[in-house]
Amino acid sequence: MTNSHPVRVLALHVGVIVLLFLLQFVLPDYHHLAMTRVMVLAVYAMGYNMLFGYTGLLSLGHAMFFAAGLYGAGLTAYYTDWGVPLAFLIGIGCGFVLSLLIGLISLRTSGVAFMIVTMMFAQVAYLTTTYFTDYTRGEEGLTMPQSARSFDLLGLHVDLTDAGQRYNLALGMLALALLVIFLVVKGPIGRVLIAIRENEPRTLMLGYDTFRLKLMALVISGTISAMAGAAYALLFAYIGATFASIQYSIEALLFTLLGGAGTILGPLLGTMAMFYMIDITSEYTSAYLLVTGVALVLLVLYFPKGILGTIRERWWPWLP
Amino acid sequence: MAFGPFLLLATLEGLLQAAVLTLTALGLSLVFGVMRVVNVAHGEFYMLGAVVAWWIASMIGLHPAVGFFAALIISPLVVGAVAFAGERLILKRLNYNPESTIVATIGMLYVIQQTVLLTYGPDARPVPTPFYYRLQLPWFGYSAYNLFVIVAAIALLLAVWFVLSRTRLGLVMRATQFDSETAQAFGIPIQRVYAFVFAAGAMLAAVAAVLIVPIRQAHYLMGLDPLLLSFIVVIIGGLGSLRGTVVAALLIGLSDGIISVFFSPTLAKMISTLLVALVLVFKPEGLFGTRAR
Amino acid sequence: MASVSLLSTKGLTRHFGGLKAVNQVDFEIRTGEIRALIGPNGAGKTTFVSLLSGRITPTSGSIEFLGADITDDPAHKRVRDGIAYTFQITSIYGTLTAYENVELSVQSALRRSPRPAGMSGHALLRRKTLEALDRVGLGDRAGERAGTMSYGHQRLLEVAMGLALEPKLLILDEPTQGLSDGEIENFCTLVKEIARSATVLLIEHNMPVVMQLADTITVLDHGEILASGTPEEIRANEAVQAAYLGAA
Repeated sequence: MTNSHPVRVLALHVGVIVLLFLLQFVLPDYHHLAMTRVMVLAVYAMGYNMLFGYTGLLSLGHAMFFAAGLYGAGLTAYYTDWGVPLAFLIGIGCGFVLSLLIGLISLRTSGVAFMIVTMMFAQVAYLTTTYFTDYTRGEEGLTMPQSARSFDLLGLHVDLTDAGQRYNLALGMLALALLVIFLVVKGPIGRVLIAIRENEPRTLMLGYDTFRLKLMALVISGTISAMAGAAYALLFAYIGATFASIQYSIEALLFTLLGGAGTILGPLLGTMAMFYMIDITSEYTSAYLLVTGVALVLLVLYFPKGILGTIRERWWPWLP
Repeated sequence: MAFGPFLLLATLEGLLQAAVLTLTALGLSLVFGVMRVVNVAHGEFYMLGAVVAWWIASMIGLHPAVGFFAALIISPLVVGAVAFAGERLILKRLNYNPESTIVATIGMLYVIQQTVLLTYGPDARPVPTPFYYRLQLPWFGYSAYNLFVIVAAIALLLAVWFVLSRTRLGLVMRATQFDSETAQAFGIPIQRVYAFVFAAGAMLAAVAAVLIVPIRQAHYLMGLDPLLLSFIVVIIGGLGSLRGTVVAALLIGLSDGIISVFFSPTLAKMISTLLVALVLVFKPEGLFGTRAR
Repeated sequence: MASVSLLSTKGLTRHFGGLKAVNQVDFEIRTGEIRALIGPNGAGKTTFVSLLSGRITPTSGSIEFLGADITDDPAHKRVRDGIAYTFQITSIYGTLTAYENVELSVQSALRRSPRPAGMSGHALLRRKTLEALDRVGLGDRAGERAGTMSYGHQRLLEVAMGLALEPKLLILDEPTQGLSDGEIENFCTLVKEIARSATVLLIEHNMPVVMQLADTITVLDHGEILASGTPEEIRANEAVQAAYLGAA
């Protein structure tokens, strides 16, 4: 979209961050923790949106990137004394490497084949975590030791058991992810990614190396999702194989679809909405995934643009 | 037990796996071949077949054989009806768009699975075998029922092959698979063919599940493994190719059974999943299929 | 413009199973000319042009462009080297505006040329986009959504996108198909104007257009070159008449 209203856009996004910042002072404990979780998962979904919403590639295996970050950071923190910041970076690095590898192989396919290939690779990743159960304790998982619950950086002491500091770290990461995605999507590269989504043969014939661009999108996407995974491991002090399961891959798709694929704030909105929907439902029944199923069917049938996507189409075309 | 007999036992187990897998995978392959739709909920139709079978068998309090054979007939019909409804209400409305249907079938997966969880519960429940006869081999005893399953699967396979290649119905299905636009131009009601094929695919999975449920129990999560294995079989064998599906199912079923017995089931799954991803990337038409038009 | 060989093929061949879609074609196009490629349906024109643009790979033979062998170059590299191709069936970005469509082309072209001093990247992008739109006559439609434009305008938009790439060779695949007579007139004027700065290869069925525009005509039939020459020579050629047998 021809970008007008840069002031409105900036105000909206800064406003969201400020709102989230202020929210921590009024939320009761339970919701305080929940929102921290939501923000981390939202970053996961935002990474997914980069590939799905903007480049048009539907991956059914994104949990493997989240898990790469989760296990990269978690295993480092559990087995070594290199400290939390380094563990975090290692987690991100693992995600980067994995997404590069997976991208090089799977981007030779597209459409349905791409969906299945990513799903299969993710399944292998999941099975790997359960196979090496000696180190990872598989489904049961590992809890982070005391040494990984605080760290010193740039003269500051950060205590990860403190809810307030956790919240703000998550918020900081969210803001960072928002910034990165915003810069990519709004710049010339973003325009070409959308072009690939809309009409790949045409884009190729305009002189763009679409394979390299898709690979770049996938690597950015996977690395952001891995960052979320690394943060999750360190903030909530737990890693387990469930995070690599296919259910987690589907949740990324669901959050993005619900909030609005191809919008910057969509994944955040979708994660929040879905999180609370599942939260409320699981109080009544253990079959809360039913909500996931129904939501997916209804979304794809009647509401494929999601919340923000529909709003953008009907009322606010300036919404990025 | 010495190695030889152990291998024989593993092979028999593998054949059993392969028999059930062939039927299940065939259902998936048919649906993709004719409709070009990837049904991720396929495993749940399998699971539904087992659960409905348990329900029928426990309702009919007579001799287990009566309950079982009643289930063998009724359960696939019930599952077929559910599949039919899903196709008419959801898939048709999406115009069989490849990506939307996958997302929709994922939704269906959760709906079916969780509904069963709500009603049937999280427990695994057995269905009694229709007959209990132990075949006494020189090295070990083997259940005759297992052999019955293998024979039944072969019989069903032959029946499906017969329908596909020798009847008008089969011709209509193959025509729709080959070129749906031309088939339509020739007056074939492809909408009805699609609905029928989707139901038939589900029914095949259900039958496979009913056959296996006296050996394995009925559990609400039992659909995931067959789904993944079917995927592997269909992709390696070539989407839409009957012969490819059978050969691949035999290969995968046997190797999965044997590797699981000698090594670990997880490793077996890892290898086959990785294999199928690579096949899809480098040789997308599988081993036997022809390139999609 | 000095007449120099711009693009040439040697023994270019493409088989599809048993079908020889393009068979041992030796073809040459010189800088500055307007070349038309004609032939009955199924002659292999689109296959040939797909080989030139890099959308499909040849079974055998070679292609040379500006003195360099480009046979193994992928399509997007050929575009960057100066070959632009407009699709036979209009292929544009329906959900984007005309401006945004052309902007993508300009962005691609600007990546390989140095930026003149004293102008911001964004301003240059904007100026060149509007220039390309003006050149085809769509200047006042820049804000329209491409998918809602009339077919004729979409065709023009695609030409604008091709032009914005600043190509040395512009390949137009059946550009007048679906256009009204008035639109065809305007189009011919446009092509003549384009030919002053780029070489044009035109695939056409519309004979009056071909006769009006082409400097040289090459006739393709059953994947092979049947004849090549000036419009008058081709018009008089009996083999060509036989091949067409009444097709306009």
